Amino acid sequence: MKLERAVGVVTTAQTIRNSRTRRALRRRSVVGLLVGIIVVGFIVTLMVGQTFYPPADVIGVIFGQDVPGATFTVGRLRLPRASLAILAGLCFGLGGVTFQTMLRNPLASPDIIGISSGASAAAAFAIVTLSLGDTAVTVLAITAGLAVSLLVYVLSFKGGVAGTRLILIGIGIAAMLDSITAYSLTQAAEWDLQNAMRWLTGSLNGTSWNQALPVFIALIVLAPVLVGQSRNLAMTQLGDDTASALGVRVERSRLIVIVTAVGLIAFATAAAGPIAFVAFLSGPIASRIVGPGGSLLVPSALVGALLVLVADFCGQYAFGTRFPVGVVTGVLGAPYLIYLIIRTNRAGSSL
Amino acid sequence: MSIEHSLRIENLTLGYGDRTVIENLDLQVPPGQVTAIVGANACGKSTLLRSMSRLLAPRAGRVILDGKSVHRMPAKQLARTLGLLPQSPVAPEGITVADLVGRGRNPHQGILSRWSPADDLAVADALEATATVSLADRSVDELSGGQRQRVWIAMALAQQTDLLLLDEPTTFLDVSHQIEVLDLLTDLNRTRGTTIVMVLHDLNLAARYADHLVALAAGQVYARGTPAEVLTEEGVRAVFGLDSHVIIDPTSGKPLMLPIGRHHMQNDPQKGVRTGSVGKIVLVP
Amino acid sequence: MTPVLPGAAIVRRPRGLRSVWLLLALVVVLGLMLASVTIGSREVGWADIWAALNGSADGFDEAAVATRIPRTVLAVLAGAALGMSGAVMQGVTRNPLADPGILGVNVGAALAVVTGIAFFGLNAAGSFIWVAIIGAAVTAAFVYTVGSLGRGGATPLKLALAGAATSAALASVVTAVVLPRNDIASGVLSWQIGGVGGATFVSIQQVVPFLLVGFTISLVSARSLNSLALGDDLAAGLGERVALARGGAALGAVVLAGACTAVTGPIGFVGLVVPHACRLLIGVDHRWLLPFSAVLGAALLTAADVLGRVVARPSEVDVGIITALIGAPFFIYIVRRQKVRAL
Repeated sequence: MKLERAVGVVTTAQTIRNSRTRRALRRRSVVGLLVGIIVVGFIVTLMVGQTFYPPADVIGVIFGQDVPGATFTVGRLRLPRASLAILAGLCFGLGGVTFQTMLRNPLASPDIIGISSGASAAAAFAIVTLSLGDTAVTVLAITAGLAVSLLVYVLSFKGGVAGTRLILIGIGIAAMLDSITAYSLTQAAEWDLQNAMRWLTGSLNGTSWNQALPVFIALIVLAPVLVGQSRNLAMTQLGDDTASALGVRVERSRLIVIVTAVGLIAFATAAAGPIAFVAFLSGPIASRIVGPGGSLLVPSALVGALLVLVADFCGQYAFGTRFPVGVVTGVLGAPYLIYLIIRTNRAGSSL
Repeated sequence: MSIEHSLRIENLTLGYGDRTVIENLDLQVPPGQVTAIVGANACGKSTLLRSMSRLLAPRAGRVILDGKSVHRMPAKQLARTLGLLPQSPVAPEGITVADLVGRGRNPHQGILSRWSPADDLAVADALEATATVSLADRSVDELSGGQRQRVWIAMALAQQTDLLLLDEPTTFLDVSHQIEVLDLLTDLNRTRGTTIVMVLHDLNLAARYADHLVALAAGQVYARGTPAEVLTEEGVRAVFGLDSHVIIDPTSGKPLMLPIGRHHMQNDPQKGVRTGSVGKIVLVP
Repeated sequence: MTPVLPGAAIVRRPRGLRSVWLLLALVVVLGLMLASVTIGSREVGWADIWAALNGSADGFDEAAVATRIPRTVLAVLAGAALGMSGAVMQGVTRNPLADPGILGVNVGAALAVVTGIAFFGLNAAGSFIWVAIIGAAVTAAFVYTVGSLGRGGATPLKLALAGAATSAALASVVTAVVLPRNDIASGVLSWQIGGVGGATFVSIQQVVPFLLVGFTISLVSARSLNSLALGDDLAAGLGERVALARGGAALGAVVLAGACTAVTGPIGFVGLVVPHACRLLIGVDHRWLLPFSAVLGAALLTAADVLGRVVARPSEVDVGIITALIGAPFFIYIVRRQKVRAL
């Protein structure tokens, strides 16, 4: 009897191992595919536009050669823009899925719990009322994003943080900050308006390397920390008590995760504005293509990058008018968002 | 077989906000046995359990595991010795049974470690022990209440701890599932020597399944000992404020509490109960 | 032991006390109206007020008063509408966090109006109002349906999230519609913040009938709301026709919110904050709560408008911003006080 049972256990163990390896393989292939599509998309956005540049020229510019005609358009205009699209998308994707996982609710996105609102309110205020320059605006936006998250965290702390409370308080603060943003915009002079619109919806118009660089640095520093916490995050999905029982230092892990996620989002918002719904949708989309089980952090980041890249391209060339990327993601994302809400509520709520 | 651990509570005071729930409580958990904690609602049973698994910091006093204070041990080390199944565990949408049970291996895995054959073996073992192997690829959301609870127990088992704490593992289950879960826990105790401490709200089930019964009242231990020692008529009156008859359950040989209310009493309670028109129980006054 | 009657919980405050509060509130509103007419980016005197009320508008001071009067009237009406609308919404959804702003009703109305202007060339205030009400109704129905799917029905969290997500979605669509249209862009942008600044008697005249309809429907539903507060099942057991009552009350709330938004733009938080304050003073009987919410709402909005004119002289801060700045902390306070279970 004992031998039979032992053999049974070993067979089961093998089955489990096989199924896990299968899933890991699926994940790896999806991630590989996403990276591939992003690279192709990147090259395409560099080639296609008002003027078409062949791949050879584009690659030349990327490697620093001086290709007549292409260097300015590709090198100065398109390259920073495409790079920021990818960088910002990675940040939003990471930040969004982190909050959704941590708060166990796909609707709890940093878009609506105040962080993006904080960064944009600060930026709008800085540009319109204080007339600050680029760097100062970035710094202010980042500080505001962090300050708002701290505020929301502190306000929802009553012997521990209940996810529900945090989300609701975030919504309240977001409403307050949105009104400040709107107010600043009404004070804007005409020519400021276009620039200031970016703070309402997010735009990559006129991106320069100055804007892309801080985001790059933030990504390099913060993303590894966040990805390192992915197992702890997975444990907290089971509830704070269970996670604690499994050996996770819940409050500490949560703090690290929040700080890094907020940092990523704040930096990205400071550079590109609050690009609507990227943070919201990257996680759920990644979850559907990668399947359950396994960390969603990296797939989500890649989905975010792809969304921003494609949306910006469409915003520039697919419609009659030039729409900033935030409007495209907002309008195209809206139906999927609604679908997501319906599905979440119907099935019970976690990512 | 499990190693015997000593879990002791010394002079513990616990509370939330400005409310004190437990005061100066001392308790020794007998190793290798099934202990059940009972008491009225809000008497502090869950609070006590949570403090034992370090979820709640004490205002005063200590919880001592093998001579060391539980609150000073590194989290993962504690999680390798003591497992907890809290009252309402949450499962993320779409997670499979095998995945969920696999999460129980967390205390044994460092930051960079990958899945080892030992991990898989532990998971498989846990599935076998809880008879959930056939459910391994199913989504946890689809399972019945009893099945889901068994899966959560499997997760706690995969932790391979010698002590298992369970906070109301049978609440919200219908009676057949309650028995299923309690029988499973008894199996674990008998075959692996796992020390089990569980909070139960059903007094009779607690008396049947526990080797050691602890009754809490007003933040203190009212009585502790074997079920026969603790489950007495005065005990029930003191802890629950209820008049009752306590008889020996013919099915299990353990004490059985029969509550006395204002209606449906066949005879004068002073004289003892006679046979009613239902049932074959004949009790001698 | 005597059984407790379901209605017993409601009759909690002595009638006398409630009348006193109501009277006090009315006095406050009148005082605020006076203040509103007097105070502003320009100080005026009694003579100017008197002259303006009599129709003459010579001189800057009298002209200033002449613009303030319709503005004050609009603030009072809008405040009353929003206050009562919020109280009704909280009653219908049994949700302490319901408010036209949070439920996205405001944005829905705004989107409807903007779409009307951009694609259908609407420009008459009267048509705005109809369109806004339709937009408000559709959005409210949508948000409520989505928020009540799944376990637990329309919990505060699910409703707030559904509302926030819908607001965000609709706001993007508004921007998408408005952005290419330079002609209407800046006008729409400034209207996106609720304000009573551009009030004229003409626009007030057009909205008053709608508001009256809304007030009437809401007040008529007051008794039903009391029964509904006990839960659908219990209310049905008490003889209430639940679907009809809820639909009717919701209609009243939506008409009030939609009509108001059409004229002032989206003003949030009044509908959230005012009913809570009223409940503290007057209890939960909707027959008293609704009128009192209207009066207190009027007071709040008028006060916010005065504040907006005083705080940033010589320019002004729109009332929508003031209510957000005051209302959000209050909202947070309410959330903290509630016992919320962890997700």
